[in-house]
Amino acid sequence: MKNRSLVSINDYSKEEIMQILEIAAEFEKEPHQNLLNGRVIASLFFEPSTRTRLSFESAIQKMGGNVVGFSSAATSSVQKGESLKDTILTVCNYSDLIVMRHPVDGSARYASEVATVPIINAGDGANQHPTQCLLDLYSIKKTQGTLENLEVTFVGDLKYGRTVHSLVIALCQFNTKFHLVSPVELKLPSAVKRHIKEANLQYEQYTDFSEVIPKSDIIYMTRIQRERFPDPLEYEKVKNAYILDNSMLDNSRENCRILHPLPRVNEISIDVDSNPKAYYFEQALNGVFVRQALIAAILGLK
Amino acid sequence: MNNKRKELIVSAISNGTVIDHIPANKLFQVIRILDLEKSDKEVYFGTNLESKKYGRKGIIKISEKYFEANETDKIALVAPTATLIEIRDFEVVKKSTVNIPEHVEKIAKCFNPNCVTNKEQVPTKFKVIKVDGEIKLACHYCEKNTSQNNMVFH
Ligand SMILES: [Zn+2]
Repeated sequence: MKNRSLVSINDYSKEEIMQILEIAAEFEKEPHQNLLNGRVIASLFFEPSTRTRLSFESAIQKMGGNVVGFSSAATSSVQKGESLKDTILTVCNYSDLIVMRHPVDGSARYASEVATVPIINAGDGANQHPTQCLLDLYSIKKTQGTLENLEVTFVGDLKYGRTVHSLVIALCQFNTKFHLVSPVELKLPSAVKRHIKEANLQYEQYTDFSEVIPKSDIIYMTRIQRERFPDPLEYEKVKNAYILDNSMLDNSRENCRILHPLPRVNEISIDVDSNPKAYYFEQALNGVFVRQALIAAILGLK
Repeated sequence: MNNKRKELIVSAISNGTVIDHIPANKLFQVIRILDLEKSDKEVYFGTNLESKKYGRKGIIKISEKYFEANETDKIALVAPTATLIEIRDFEVVKKSTVNIPEHVEKIAKCFNPNCVTNKEQVPTKFKVIKVDGEIKLACHYCEKNTSQNNMVFH
């Protein structure tokens, strides 16, 4: 992985993914490791994303690195019409690695081709968000002890959720059985389903949520957004059909854990938070360890 | 049907290229992607002609024109069944089918308006894939697939 950019989760092999997760476990045991020792990492957020930015910057600082960059395009030279290529080439002069978030699909791949330092994609438009995928995999492995042969249930907006797409594709390498729960309007796109079929894995699609809960090792919840429905009446019909409350977990498996990429709105009731099966807040913390591991691996420090 | 009558359907050319076996419904798209509207050479075309192999086909004849690889790649993407016939002095000197390329660079546009190739000065790059028999262009940058009907060329 040394000196290689991470743009899409498919850029890394299964072995490389497992290696990152192992290094992340070391950082979880000992988060403060002065590996960067004053190195400079650029954090370029062409669109704001406070959660992701704080997670990366916390990872860098826990490793003794320095951060340069900007947190929105409004405070950068992009505002003056500078091309992405020029911005990236300039920043390469001042940093050993670039973390970038950009609203345009494919911008991170392009940046990785013009840059002289490695790029970590922190989200490019509707396309990819590979570090979210790594932290999801880490959370699954940590709570289940393995990534192999699990039954994973995805709930909510499976059509537009890019975190769902990346995770489904990544899990195709681990003999997963998929349960896909969504309103008909928001089913998993066929381009993503193709990966499941090509890997010869089992999947089932449901519109009713409750019946799959007892079959799940992981329940991955997502938010259904009102904007996705051209007809507001359609939204009203489904909005309460995919809400998880504590009583629904009564007959869930002992090892079952609830994940959510956050922020949540109302799709997980507050009464689930105190259930030991709720894992979404720890999941976010795992993001820091995974990002530390990734930075260390790309810079050849681990 | 004898040869005389066949010629009357679409006029013969002395030198140039005949593109035969174009699916009838793709004829105008082929005309568009080759930019034939702007050609100052003689151009003849016909469509919904009977074809033993393909049911109904389209045909284009262009005087004094011989195609380069990047142009035949474009034809292959929208009309994979097409045959190219090179004519010199009224004689057929070469007949070839088009090959679907594995990759195409620069010639096609990505249909995704939010793709970096449509937002910055980035040359396009695609892998040619087949989904349920249909040719699609998988964008190297935004990872979205452009289907045949959405193909637009530079
Ligand atoms: Zn594209």
